[in-house]
Amino acid sequence: MKREAPQSIADYGPLFFPAGMLLVFFVVPFGTMIVVSFFQRQQGGFYTPAFVFSNYERFLSVFFGGVLGFSLMLAVTVAICCVVLALPFTYLLSKLPRRLQVIWLVALLSVLSLSEVIIGFAWSTLFSRTAGITNILVQLGLMKQAVALSPSFGAVLTGMVYQALPYTVLVLYPALVRLDPTLMEAARTLGSSPVRAFFNVLVPALRNTIMATLIMVFIFALGSYLLPQILGRPQHWTLSVLITDQAIYQSNMPFAAAMAVFLVLVTLGLVALTLLIGRKGEKA
Amino acid sequence: MSGLVLNGVTKQFGTFTAVENVQLSVPHGTFVCMLGPSGCGKTTLLRMIAGLDDPTGGSILLDGEDITKVPTHKRNLGMVFQSLALFPHLSVGENIAYPLRIRGKGREDQKKRVDELLALIHLPGYGDRPVSKLSGGQRQRVAIARALALSPKLFLLDEPLSALDAKLREAMQVELRQLQQKLGITTIVVTHDQREAMTMADTVVVMNGGHIRQAASPIEIYRKPADTFVADFIGSTNLIETTADSSGAATIFGHSVPGLLLPAGLQKATISVRPEDVHLTAPGNGAINGTVTFVRDLGGTIETFVEAGGKQIVAVSTPRARPEVTAGQQVGIVLAPDVCVVLKQ
Repeated sequence: MKREAPQSIADYGPLFFPAGMLLVFFVVPFGTMIVVSFFQRQQGGFYTPAFVFSNYERFLSVFFGGVLGFSLMLAVTVAICCVVLALPFTYLLSKLPRRLQVIWLVALLSVLSLSEVIIGFAWSTLFSRTAGITNILVQLGLMKQAVALSPSFGAVLTGMVYQALPYTVLVLYPALVRLDPTLMEAARTLGSSPVRAFFNVLVPALRNTIMATLIMVFIFALGSYLLPQILGRPQHWTLSVLITDQAIYQSNMPFAAAMAVFLVLVTLGLVALTLLIGRKGEKA
Repeated sequence: MSGLVLNGVTKQFGTFTAVENVQLSVPHGTFVCMLGPSGCGKTTLLRMIAGLDDPTGGSILLDGEDITKVPTHKRNLGMVFQSLALFPHLSVGENIAYPLRIRGKGREDQKKRVDELLALIHLPGYGDRPVSKLSGGQRQRVAIARALALSPKLFLLDEPLSALDAKLREAMQVELRQLQQKLGITTIVVTHDQREAMTMADTVVVMNGGHIRQAASPIEIYRKPADTFVADFIGSTNLIETTADSSGAATIFGHSVPGLLLPAGLQKATISVRPEDVHLTAPGNGAINGTVTFVRDLGGTIETFVEAGGKQIVAVSTPRARPEVTAGQQVGIVLAPDVCVVLKQ
């Protein structure tokens, strides 16, 4: 059915509300941030309106470059870990009887209701020497003595994967439920073992979904700033931690804003690059 | 023996028995159609032969070897699904080459075989097209070619033509039968379309309620149905109650039918008479008397509905062979003893 193009201003009416929301809650704050990122900071005070690049210049250092690189690497690792874990899990989940599926999904949703703080402290307890999971391994005779697993990169990664995994499953679930089950059966009748069929039929058939999920988890993980502080050492802190530090503890709003803008630009660039590569692969 | 043997195959889903104690042997190179209403267990039986469902009882033998516990991917069979299940991310040629790639065949061998198969299904040069750009009939052929790529021992098709329009379906039935005869491959097709089964099959297996009701050649299924279900399901028929005296001589609606004998010991039975075997004459002369209630003249054939003994009997013939009859007319029904098939109760 071909729809008629909008004729009068009134025809655009339904768009006013979402446009207004976007303007008030996204464009205005983000615009303010961009403006502030060019302001001049007053030592010991706040900031004065100006147009200087010093905030961006300060960012272009080995230290901040390293933190940015680490943040991106951490987010990419979390995204990959989540999809690698969630894809087989969700596939097996979609094969379960309906009732069991519902129980699993409710359990996953309940993980989402936990705050980041609770997740962080729960894992830091689990990774501790005195009350952590290594005590169980000692009891089982697999380890000589209990050790502290936190703070470490592994602990940060585990906590963040734990936090993002329910989202990953919930994004993948509809696509896997909709996937024609006879595709996998056909692969089996054509001589492919179930594991091979998973990799050479299911994964390529869900390529776009997997790509979208990776991007979603990547962006989600990029914003994390509590878990790296609770479970990691200072070298595991992400750019979000530094932004918070600058904005709240150093009262350096212009620099914090500059870092935030930079992070947004880098993220958008990476997402665009991913989509571009994805589109090229599709044509081939 | 060579071929496929089903030995007491049973499948239960919880308390529901989908397939019960099925015995069937399919000699090598035979074309079998499994025919029945939806929910009769025919697809479940096919899935068990493919190894996609595990039987709860019985065994399946292929060329004398018990394959009941062999996983699907080691069974050496080709299957065409109702949804066709073509891989959307692969081109036509890659779809057909998929089983060859899985078996680690070289690129040259793959290409040669794909070209061979594309020629076989009358789609030469289509190898590089995406699957989404094909018409329904072309996808059908690609699914068939993919299933045949490894020259399997067993070719299974689950309602393969149901997505096609009527005209294309008829053409594909003929094509599929010719292809099967050319390759001499043991083929099992599940269908609910009896025309399809009659067109293609060497053996038609009629199923209902998880049981095989009759397995025989199409013409025997039509001429000599085993029971009321088969008689009623295949084509249209007149089911008539008969009684017999102590010598076995049968009477229909109080008229004795000379020459028609019920098996010894049977006092009552249902017989099946195909509409084209019902002859109408003038009343009297020992014929069963009836009244014509309706005449349906279809041009090619003419159907006459006659009420006799409180039952409706349908007679079919060509308009040329039928003397002019009109509704309300008194007629005599003549049933030759050899067209009356006594059915199992």
